[in-house]
Amino acid sequence: MKHIISLLLENEAGALSRVAGLFSARGYNIESLTVATTEDPTLSRMTIVTSGSDDVIEQITKQLNKLVDVVKVVDLSEGEHIERELMLVKVRASGKDREEMKRMADIFRGRIIDVTDKTYTIELTGTGQKLDAFLQALETGAVLETVRTGASGIGRGERILKV
Amino acid sequence: MELTGAEITVRCLADEGVEYLFGYPGGAVLHIYDELFKQDRVKHILVRHEQAAVHAADGYARASHKPGVCLVTSGPGVTNAVTGIATAYMDSIPMVVVTGQVPTYAIGQDAFQEVDTVGITRPCVKHNFLVKDVKDLATTMKKAFYIATTGRPGPVLVDIPKDVTTARCEYVYPDKVELRSYNPAVKGHAGQIKKALGLLLEAKRPMIYTGGSIVLGDASAELIELVHALGFPVTNTLMGLGGYPATDPQFMGMLGMHGTYEANMAMQHCDVLLAVGARFDDRVIGNPKHFFQEERKIIHVDVDPSSISKRVKVDVPIVGHVKDVLGEMNRQIAATSQKPDPAALKAWWTQIELWRARDCLKYDRSSPIIKPQMVVQKLYEITNGDAFVTSDVGQHQMWAAQFYKFDKPRRWINSGGLGTMGFGLPAAMGVYLAHPDAQVACVTGEASIQMCIQELSTCKQYRMPIKIVNLNNRYMGMVRQWQEFFHGNRYAESYMDALPDFVKLAESYGHVGMRIEKPADIEPALKEAFARKDQLVFMDFITDQTENVFPMVPGGKGLSEMILV
Repeated sequence: MKHIISLLLENEAGALSRVAGLFSARGYNIESLTVATTEDPTLSRMTIVTSGSDDVIEQITKQLNKLVDVVKVVDLSEGEHIERELMLVKVRASGKDREEMKRMADIFRGRIIDVTDKTYTIELTGTGQKLDAFLQALETGAVLETVRTGASGIGRGERILKV
Repeated sequence: MELTGAEITVRCLADEGVEYLFGYPGGAVLHIYDELFKQDRVKHILVRHEQAAVHAADGYARASHKPGVCLVTSGPGVTNAVTGIATAYMDSIPMVVVTGQVPTYAIGQDAFQEVDTVGITRPCVKHNFLVKDVKDLATTMKKAFYIATTGRPGPVLVDIPKDVTTARCEYVYPDKVELRSYNPAVKGHAGQIKKALGLLLEAKRPMIYTGGSIVLGDASAELIELVHALGFPVTNTLMGLGGYPATDPQFMGMLGMHGTYEANMAMQHCDVLLAVGARFDDRVIGNPKHFFQEERKIIHVDVDPSSISKRVKVDVPIVGHVKDVLGEMNRQIAATSQKPDPAALKAWWTQIELWRARDCLKYDRSSPIIKPQMVVQKLYEITNGDAFVTSDVGQHQMWAAQFYKFDKPRRWINSGGLGTMGFGLPAAMGVYLAHPDAQVACVTGEASIQMCIQELSTCKQYRMPIKIVNLNNRYMGMVRQWQEFFHGNRYAESYMDALPDFVKLAESYGHVGMRIEKPADIEPALKEAFARKDQLVFMDFITDQTENVFPMVPGGKGLSEMILV
C-alpha cells in the first residue's frame, strides 16, 4: 500500500543522502522524494512516497527515526491529510489541436504559463492521480515533455508536524 | 588561548578520558600526530594495518566499559579501516574513529589520498561528521562520544580536513551536548512490563533468550536474578555468551546454527519466549517460517525500537535499556505472590533434560589425532574459565563458543554479526590493554590468523603476552564443512596450501612458537604457554582435518531440523 511519510531533518550537508542511502541499503521503495528548507532555516522538510506492507512501513519509520539527523517522522497516511504535486507539461499546440489543448487545461484547472506558435507549457497541481488522469486524457503524441515534483503532503486541521 | 585544530583534537581525547588511541599516521593527520608526540595523557598504540587499529579499539571497548578510539589517515587509511568499522557497527560497539581528510579547499578535486570518507562509511556507522570549521571541532568530538556510547551503541566517525588541524580557535570542551534529533534515553513502559510478567507467570513452557546487550548493557546481574526467581531455562546468542553463567544448571548453552540441541528444541517448542537484547537473526532462529509453525507468545526487550518486529512479529514489545527493564521485572516479581505453575515447569524441565541427554556436543575423546574441541576444553580448564578469549571466524569460533564456558560477561570477544576473519589477534591487543593483568587468549585458525598476522609486530613492540591458540586443520574449516555437506565434497579453494611454519614465523617476530601434534601434548603446551607470563606464545595445534561443527542447522532450515553428530 502507498504511504506518504513526512519528516523534519537537520538542514545539514549529507542529511538527504542518509535518508536516500537508508532506502537503497534496506531495499525499500521510493516513488518520490521531495525536500526543501522550512521557515526555520535549520530544518528541512521531506516528503517521501513509498509503498510496502504494514510491517515494511513500520520498519521504514523506525529506521528513519534512528537516523541521527532526523528530528521527527510521521506517516501522513495514518490520518487525514492533503497531498499535492506540481507538474509542468509541454504539449504540441498547433492547428485545430490548439483550442482543444486550451480547453483540456481549463477542465483540469491547469494554467498555460508559456506559449509558442506550436506549443503550450501547462502548469498543473493536484494529487498524483489527478496528474496521471490529465496525461491520460491527452493524446499520446501531444505530450512533448513532462516534469513532476513528486508529492508534498501536510496533515489536515490541527495535525501539525513541528519541532 | 587559541589552540590549533590538531591540539584541540588531542585535548578532546584527553579530556574525554581516552586512555589508548589505536592508529597509524599519514599525511592528513601529521599535525595531530605532532600534538600526540608533545603530550603523555593519551597513549598511542601503533598498529601495522588500519583494520587492526579498529579491531584493537573494538576489543578494548568490548572488554572494558569504555568506547574504543582510533585515528587513521585519509584515503587508504580510511578504506583499510572500513572492515573494522563495519565489524563494530554490526555488533553495536561504542567507538569513535577520527580520520584525516585532505584540506577543505581540495575536497572534491580527486586530491592525493582523498576519498569521500563520510560517504563510504555512512552505511556502517551510527553517525559521522565532516568538520569544516575548527570552531565546530570540540563540540563535534563531544557529540561523537555522546552518540557512540548512548542508546544502542555504535561507531561514530569524525573526519577532519588537514587545514582544520592547523586553523586556530579558543578551546572549550563542553561538559555535555544535547541534540534535538537524538534522544536515546528510554525507560521501559511499566504497563508493557506488567503485561510481559503476566505472560511469563502463566507460561507452561517458558524460555528466556538473551543477546549481546546483556553484556554491553551491563545487565548480567539483573538477568541472573530474573532467571533464578522464575526458575526458567535460559539460552544466550553467540554475542550474549557470558551474559549468563555457562556453568549454571539453568543455562542451556548457546542457541542457533551451531547451538545446542536442547537450546534449539526449547526455543522451537516454548509457549512463551522472553527475548532480551537479541534480534532473531538468521543464524539464531533459522528459517522464520519454520519458527512460526509453533505457536508462542513473544516478549521482546530492546533499546532499539527498529530491532523489534524486524524479523519476527512480537506480542509484547518493550523499548528500553535492558538493565532497567529487567530490574523493573525483578521488582515486580518480588512484589507479587503469583508464582510460575510448578507442575508445568517440572514437566518442561523433564522434557529439556531428555533433550540434554542427547549430549549433542560429544566428540571422540580418544582420537590419536588432536580434536579441536579438546584444545578448547583444555584451554578452559587450564585458565580456570577465567581468561578473556577472542576469536576469529569459522569452525574454531564455534568450538570456542561451545566449549569454553563463560561465566562472566565481556570475556568472550568475537565478531558475531559481520563475521570478520582477522579480528581475533588485534582484538586481543585491545583486550590486553584493558586488562593487562588478565589471561588473554586468541582462539584462531590458520586461515583467519593470516588475515592480520602482521600484528605480531605490534604485540612485540608493546610486549603483549597474548596466547594464540591456532587450530590448524589446513582448511578453511567452515567453508570445507559447507562444501562437504552441501556441495558434494567439492573443496573449491578451501585448502590452505603453502602455509608458513608458524613456529618460525612467531620466532621471527620475537615471540615463542610451539607446534603441538599429539593429544597428550595439549595440556603441557598450554601450561607452559600460560606460565610464560611476559611472552606471546603462538601455539600451532595440528588438528583433525575433517572434524565438523555439530549440531548444525543448515541454511534455510528450521531450528529443530539440526544435523547431529
